[in-house]
Amino acid sequence: MIVAALFFYLFAGICVASAVMVIAARNPVHSVLFLILAFVNAAGLFVMMGAEFLAMILIVVYVGAVAVLFLFVVMMLDVDFAELKQGVLQYLPIGIVIGGIFVGELLFVSLTWVIGAGIPQAITAPIPAKIPNTEAIGLVLYTRYVYFFEAAGMILLVAMVGAIVLTLHHRVRVRRQDIGTQVAREPAASIEIVKVRSGQGLGSNI
Amino acid sequence: MTIGLGHYLAVAAILFTLGIFGIFLNRKNVIIILMSIELILLAVNINLVAFSTHLGDIVGQIYALLVLTVAASEAAIGLAILVVFYRNRGSIAVEDINLMKG
Repeated sequence: MIVAALFFYLFAGICVASAVMVIAARNPVHSVLFLILAFVNAAGLFVMMGAEFLAMILIVVYVGAVAVLFLFVVMMLDVDFAELKQGVLQYLPIGIVIGGIFVGELLFVSLTWVIGAGIPQAITAPIPAKIPNTEAIGLVLYTRYVYFFEAAGMILLVAMVGAIVLTLHHRVRVRRQDIGTQVAREPAASIEIVKVRSGQGLGSNI
Repeated sequence: MTIGLGHYLAVAAILFTLGIFGIFLNRKNVIIILMSIELILLAVNINLVAFSTHLGDIVGQIYALLVLTVAASEAAIGLAILVVFYRNRGSIAVEDINLMKG
């Protein structure tokens, strides 16, 4: 039990510390790397809670895709980040006030709430004891929540098409292959037959 | 000392607040704002999974999966908009985003 508590505090501590570094780092590349660290430690917390599938998905989706996307964009844009960082201290007091109010409210809530009496009876899909977490999620996701699953697929499709449409741009002076024009080309428009007399060559009349 | 539901909720609350704090602190930098939104969604996911495993209901993890999907598409679209905006204006400062005079 003490080991579990130790690991919880390890994961939670690193997660919160790297979240602080995400918003406080001067260099946005460091921010992205700390974001990756925060997500990996959150995946550790998920494993400790018993949601192994979500932990692995978190690593695959966030560390493998989203964070690398952030990294690409941060490195691709040539932005003077020191200039963007200048007004930080100006917003620090209002940020501390808002954050303090928010943490206070959350703590008040967390000190007083209880799980309602009817909640344990109202559980829709209890976690089975014998089968692994991935299988349990699959048994529910593909049966009861299959429409949600398809909606998630549609959202991903729309996001993919949208991202491609937004970032694709046709440059004007680039020569591209136009297959329609190539196929529609006639011999009359593209070749010319010239009789060349022997010994004279083409001369200058071409 | 056993680690209960409250510990995970505390971590999620701290992460959520850090995300909001990041939005306030880095008001000029859109990339950090997007990362703060990712932190907020991560906190929401931790809450969902904590309640799911504490109550023994797998539906919370299904919803966490859907939140993960939406977060991934939001990041992709947001970064695409950012790239297009940088291509048009040559800057990503938030105060330069005033084309619509809003």
